[in-house]
Amino acid sequence: MADHRAVAATSMTDAVRGFAKLVLGAMRDLAPIILVIGFFEIVILQQTIPNVAEITVGLVCVILGLAFFIQGLEMGLFPLGESMAEQFAKKGVLLWLLLFAFLLGFGTTVAEPALIAVAAEAAEIARLGGAIGDTNDAETFYAFALRMTVALSVGAALVLGVFRILMGWSLPLIIIGGYITVVTLTIFAPPEIVGIAYDSGGVTTSTITVPLVTALGVGLASSIRGRNPMLDGFGLIAFASLSPMIFVLIFGMVI
Amino acid sequence: MDILTALTSTFAATVLDVLPIAAVLFGFQFLVLRRRPPNLAKVLIGFGWVLVGLTLFLVGLELALFPLGTTLAKQLTDPLYVFGVETVDSAMAADWTAYGSVYAFAAAIGFATTIAEPSLIAVSLKAEEISGGAVQAFGLRIAVAIGVAVGVSLGAFRIVTGTPLPYYIMAGYAVVILQTLRASKMIIPLAYDSGGVTTSTVTVPVVTALGLGLASTIPGRSPLLDGFGLIAFASVFPIMSVLGYEQLSRWFTGRKRRLKKETEA
Repeated sequence: MADHRAVAATSMTDAVRGFAKLVLGAMRDLAPIILVIGFFEIVILQQTIPNVAEITVGLVCVILGLAFFIQGLEMGLFPLGESMAEQFAKKGVLLWLLLFAFLLGFGTTVAEPALIAVAAEAAEIARLGGAIGDTNDAETFYAFALRMTVALSVGAALVLGVFRILMGWSLPLIIIGGYITVVTLTIFAPPEIVGIAYDSGGVTTSTITVPLVTALGVGLASSIRGRNPMLDGFGLIAFASLSPMIFVLIFGMVI
Repeated sequence: MDILTALTSTFAATVLDVLPIAAVLFGFQFLVLRRRPPNLAKVLIGFGWVLVGLTLFLVGLELALFPLGTTLAKQLTDPLYVFGVETVDSAMAADWTAYGSVYAFAAAIGFATTIAEPSLIAVSLKAEEISGGAVQAFGLRIAVAIGVAVGVSLGAFRIVTGTPLPYYIMAGYAVVILQTLRASKMIIPLAYDSGGVTTSTVTVPVVTALGLGLASTIPGRSPLLDGFGLIAFASVFPIMSVLGYEQLSRWFTGRKRRLKKETEA
């Protein structure tokens, strides 16, 4: 009995020590932002920092939040993504796996707040530029269609990316092919859409999607014989940020 | 009281955000794979931590960093600060050297926000684990952050000079392709991925404010048209810096080995 309690006590202190380490790590991660903002505020603009109390509370929230997030990452998102990848690889149900990849990409992107904001701004530009009718309905429809296009493109990217891992295709060839497609489409696409298209690649990959998708790719590459997790496991995110550019450029040419 | 309302509404928004992902994950787990995931309880607790963590993180950013960061971006691009006058004619604005502190701020804040980016932390942890320590998580993050710093700074220069965005991005692609031909195979997929993960929760709001501030200060630039593009810069340049970091470290180890051989001989 006494031994058990001793073990429990050590694992408890271990947990506390582990979390303290995470908090220290989070403080180190945030130090650069605090330094940069402080330096420009005080040295360059020579202003005092307003609301010091509120900012301190905010910083404590950010530091604790980052520590909790990483704790949850290691306990929840990583193991789940990896165990699912392993089970899919064992069961060998290709169609289900591809459907899963598509839904993961589409589902996580369609409700992404950053994307909703960018789509709304793009619709405004299209209306000002006269690319669509000068009505609110036309603007709303344009924003919705753009969002769907981006979400579809991320779904398609993950399907292609998972398929690539299964087949062991070379990543650089596909990515370079994608770059050439982007450059070619840029020449023919209307200039107003180009900036939005280029930025849309960056806004699609959210904080929860990235760990899951990375764990999925690495998990698949580790469970399939002949695949190397470093060589084949990474690359899904790269697909998910390249394909929206291609889809949005085409969208701009069609509408 | 304000904090409590912010916490509850952000928590609700985060849960709504995660709901479709959780539905897909657990739907497939139970309906298609028909197996309980190992350590289901631990995984669920982990999800709970992620939700709580993200909520605190977002509320804290809104409270402490975003207001300061975006006001700073606006003040540094204000004509009154840059030129000391209220209105700027196009001859003055064409002088791109006047914006020195804007480029410095763009680089510094790009670097700093990238170091704090949670998705980059996730990918770098995974990379260190998979590579058996050959890729150091913190070193990778520094390399990516340097890429973002250069990218955002150059993006600010582009908005000031009004040169076309596609030229920069195409040149960036050309460099990436050349580097890919020379880089070691192992680092390439990770480098490509690091382009996509740099721009999320922390970087986007501050960088966007910087772009919009610049585009509305300079005559002849439209915030709607020219404010875009900084995110694109922040996604291409980290690929270069990660590939470059690997090439440099290979070159250094190679040189050390050569020097050692020479001294031995």
